[in-house]
Amino acid sequence: MFDVVVIGAGIVGAACARKLAMLDRSVLVIDSGSTAGGTSSQGEGNLLLSDKAPGPELVLAQYARRLWPQLAADLADELGREFPSIEFDPKGGLVVSTTDVGASPLLAFAASQRAAGVDAQSISIAEALEREPDLNPAIGAAVFYPEDAQVQPAIATEALLASARLHGVEVRQGVEVTGVMVDGSGSVVGVHTGRGDIPCGAVVIAAGPWSARVARSFGLLVPIRPRRGMVLVTSRMPHRIFHKVYDADYVGAVESGDAALQTSSVVESTAAGTVLIGSSREQIGFDDRLNVDVLRQLASKALRLFPFLHEQPVMRAYGGFRPYMPDHLPLISADLRMPGLWHATGHEGAGIGLSIATAEMIGAAMTGTFAEIDASPFSLERASLAPFLVEAA
Amino acid sequence: MTQVLVIGAGPAGLAAATAASALGADVTVLDSSYDLGGQYWRHLPSTRPTASEGILLHGFERFRELRERLENDSQVRILTLSQVWAIDRNPDTRNAGDSSVGDRWRVHVLQGVPDGHDRLALTIIPDAIVFATGAHDRTLPFTGWQLPGVFSAGAAQALAKGERVAVGSRVVVSGAGPFLLPVAASLVQAGAKVLGVYEASTISRLASGWLPRPWQLLGAPGKAAELVGYVGNHLRNRIPYRTGRAVIAAEGDGRVERVVVARLDANWAPIVGTTRTIEADAVCIGHGFTPRLELPIAVGCALSAERFVAVDHRQATSSPGVYAAGEITGIGGVDAALAEGSIAGHSAAGGSDDEAAMSRQRRLRAASTRFAARIEAAHGIRPGWSQWLTPDTLICRCEEVSYGRLCDTSAHTGSAGLRSLKLSTRAGLGICQGRVCGRTVEDLLGRLAAGGLIDTTSTDRRPIVSPIRLGELAGGTVLPPAPPPPGNTEERE
Repeated sequence: MFDVVVIGAGIVGAACARKLAMLDRSVLVIDSGSTAGGTSSQGEGNLLLSDKAPGPELVLAQYARRLWPQLAADLADELGREFPSIEFDPKGGLVVSTTDVGASPLLAFAASQRAAGVDAQSISIAEALEREPDLNPAIGAAVFYPEDAQVQPAIATEALLASARLHGVEVRQGVEVTGVMVDGSGSVVGVHTGRGDIPCGAVVIAAGPWSARVARSFGLLVPIRPRRGMVLVTSRMPHRIFHKVYDADYVGAVESGDAALQTSSVVESTAAGTVLIGSSREQIGFDDRLNVDVLRQLASKALRLFPFLHEQPVMRAYGGFRPYMPDHLPLISADLRMPGLWHATGHEGAGIGLSIATAEMIGAAMTGTFAEIDASPFSLERASLAPFLVEAA
Repeated sequence: MTQVLVIGAGPAGLAAATAASALGADVTVLDSSYDLGGQYWRHLPSTRPTASEGILLHGFERFRELRERLENDSQVRILTLSQVWAIDRNPDTRNAGDSSVGDRWRVHVLQGVPDGHDRLALTIIPDAIVFATGAHDRTLPFTGWQLPGVFSAGAAQALAKGERVAVGSRVVVSGAGPFLLPVAASLVQAGAKVLGVYEASTISRLASGWLPRPWQLLGAPGKAAELVGYVGNHLRNRIPYRTGRAVIAAEGDGRVERVVVARLDANWAPIVGTTRTIEADAVCIGHGFTPRLELPIAVGCALSAERFVAVDHRQATSSPGVYAAGEITGIGGVDAALAEGSIAGHSAAGGSDDEAAMSRQRRLRAASTRFAARIEAAHGIRPGWSQWLTPDTLICRCEEVSYGRLCDTSAHTGSAGLRSLKLSTRAGLGICQGRVCGRTVEDLLGRLAAGGLIDTTSTDRRPIVSPIRLGELAGGTVLPPAPPPPGNTEERE
């Protein structure tokens, strides 16, 4: 008998399990696939403030950003030198507008973020080129965000799981949840799985874009849809890109609800010496097949930022599915329709960064203690979600 | 007119193109090499012909005949130095149901010298595709295999056949399978002294799969008297052929200076106390072949349990309009490839499957399938080989990932996921994208994970099939139409 079963061995599930174990809960993590096998290993590992407009998600991201440096240090201490580094790198972000039209919206956006406590420094083109000497000088405006950071997301997930295990968490891979067990009052008392029933006191669904499918097997509607993304990876090269550099139209793409393909350029180096080029957003269901048109758009937008990449070979493309919420806010909440059921999902492309704050929120809510930030904007009860919780007739 | 695209111009691809054209199809055959023939019929450039070509190359007459016929066929367009870098769905028919066979795929090609700066981008939208992309050498890792002087057997043979260059003056050949013999013969022909051929399988296993005179298999099931005579002669007279042995380490200061050979048990585990050091400046390694599956995987072809492309009696894959032939459907040798290619080309061009012309090809194919099974029984990789690894042995050479690193990361994460373990160790993430080490990484990580690996990904999946410069990718938004073949007026837009 476990106190809590966490469904999903991605970064959000891993962080929640670790936190709950540190709060003395007995926790089992199950995943129908393997650890870090879904969205957590399919993105760049963004810890971004720069792309978030003032509002609850920014508050959550700021909270998470305060937690990451200590978490990175704790994981390194706990896991020792034989465990690969999570490559936490507070490299900072540089957002530029590649068009004149884009310049004033970018500067206005940065000003609004500054009012919300973000370190968003409007810098001159010359200063931008000092930070990124190979950047295309034909830019309209530049804002530097020292708080933006990066981790290697698959390793960060594995590190959180390894740490969770040190705190007593059990992790089972290849176990698919097929339904929920409830008592006479409708409260959760366990889950049915492909490998037998598992009794428990509470369930946390942290299955990212597959959360809707899990909830559906419980008879519940959760309005999460997959939003496809693709990233290009170049061959290794000497470091010539020093920050997370992106085009200001990225913000528009993140905040858009449009199902059609959108691309915007996000370019950065990794510790391994490759350059990652993102990112696309498409709502095409769980279709993971290649679309060359998407790759072409990513490439041309990246060259607009860094023309020197023209000759650099792309050796790999990978993609995944972000858990998309129709009102653009994650779901970190009890589910009042079924006592004992919790959601920690719906972070779209920001789940790596937000995972650690999400775990704190879940831990506080499940133990009835005060959370450091207001949880109500992430509740299933929020007004902006209501229209999406009604079954289409 | 049916537009058939044949990808790969080795024996299977050439046979497919010939058969498709015979049925009146409009055929495009493309290959990444500068000339037709594939790995198997690799030869000196036609500007430097040699009389001995026919002796060195099994069935070279057959090749010349196929090439000449295709080159003079107005329905066939040949694109050499043409690399398919991706296949995706044709957006115009993307939402069509499975019943729609033609026009489903866009094949993206770069034409020009690999690594060149002026490659031409082509997009081909055929009605049917024949994959004949062949296989590349499988090389098991050993300590020191990253040193200059270590070659895959296939690379050594390609240099010998295509350039008449020997990879060293004192060469050791090691691995498994009948292919080691023509490699050794090519090296001798190119002027090297071959110090020994070390076959990992023990004599008893060879005897159960074959006779203990492995050069006899080279001829089976077809007729290859010249080659058998040539190779057999060299082997019997000059090159020691030793079974149940393997090179388990290469040593030297900055390059290979000597190799360590050990006796192996029936499971390919080295036997303690049997090592012997040989002074050598090159070592050629081949442990069989890995099919090139990127393109079939990209179009969703089902694979067999043995991880070849699954095909039916018409060489049709599970993906409508897509056919496969040659080594990607099973390692069967040149005769199987020719038979399968003929059937695949015939089927792709819309030929009926009960035509008499195909029955002979089907009989040849059946014989070759048995041949492939016997090779696997005699020479297939046995799990004991991993016992020659040390914690410092590199598994992934591109990213310099050691066996110890794989063991540690697997133990500390407990992950059963190939994707996560690759990202955590960086094994298979380098410039070769796991072509060299992928199967080995999967094998070792699968053994290290408590219940084996459970994710559905594989190291054979590479949506970007070969590296493409960002400029080429970006610049290709407006694609020039493919040039029409000479004399063909029915070219489609």
